[in-house]
Amino acid sequence: MLIYAVCGAGIGTSVLLKSNAERALSMLGIEAEVRAVSIEEARGADKMAQVVLATPEILDQLVGIPAEVIAINNIFDLGELGEKLKATLS
Amino acid sequence: MLSSYFGAGSIVTQDKSPSFADAVSQSVLLLVESGKAKLSYVDEVSESLKALGPYFVIAPGLALAHAKPSNSVSAPGMALLRLAEPVISGSANDPVSLIFSMCSPNVSEHIEMLGDFGQLMSTDEVMNNLLNASAVSVIKDILFKKAL
Repeated sequence: MLIYAVCGAGIGTSVLLKSNAERALSMLGIEAEVRAVSIEEARGADKMAQVVLATPEILDQLVGIPAEVIAINNIFDLGELGEKLKATLS
Repeated sequence: MLSSYFGAGSIVTQDKSPSFADAVSQSVLLLVESGKAKLSYVDEVSESLKALGPYFVIAPGLALAHAKPSNSVSAPGMALLRLAEPVISGSANDPVSLIFSMCSPNVSEHIEMLGDFGQLMSTDEVMNNLLNASAVSVIKDILFKKAL
């Protein structure tokens, strides 16, 4: 499974989101590849991810992307990440 | 080591700021003053904030201001402006009192820095301790005395 962690630049928020999503996934025992990408990369991706993680403010920019988009309010909350990933993936 | 990315004088506390945008610029300016980025990076982050909104307010009370890697950045770095009186950014995570900023010259050199930062901040109580810390020395203890 492929998951995109998206932010405006693809280097800050998305990288943090990726590293914490990986931690949450491993706690859930789910295998997935998480990539940190910018909004442009997510929009123009050749291989679309099944799930896209982003902070709420940029959801508008992700409308129309053929993936399940999940808004994460607190990137550091592994509980929130885990619950939302579990609800979407199960 | 997270501490190696914070240049001299890159952690500052003050009472308040006129606005979230001002606080962001001030935090990014700490990266400039500590030799991690050029002045043009301040504008690049401001432009990103204007274009995309406060999406880098990534946790309750905490922002991580940044822009794309560019020629304005000389080394991976982080800085922190802590406000005693929080500001409103327009994010669901308002009000914001910890305005971190970061920069990286490319897409890879800062991965370890953010990995360490993310792991630290996900640790119980670190976030609350930081929100309650008013002295630079206490903030440094929390950020750099890592029990990881």
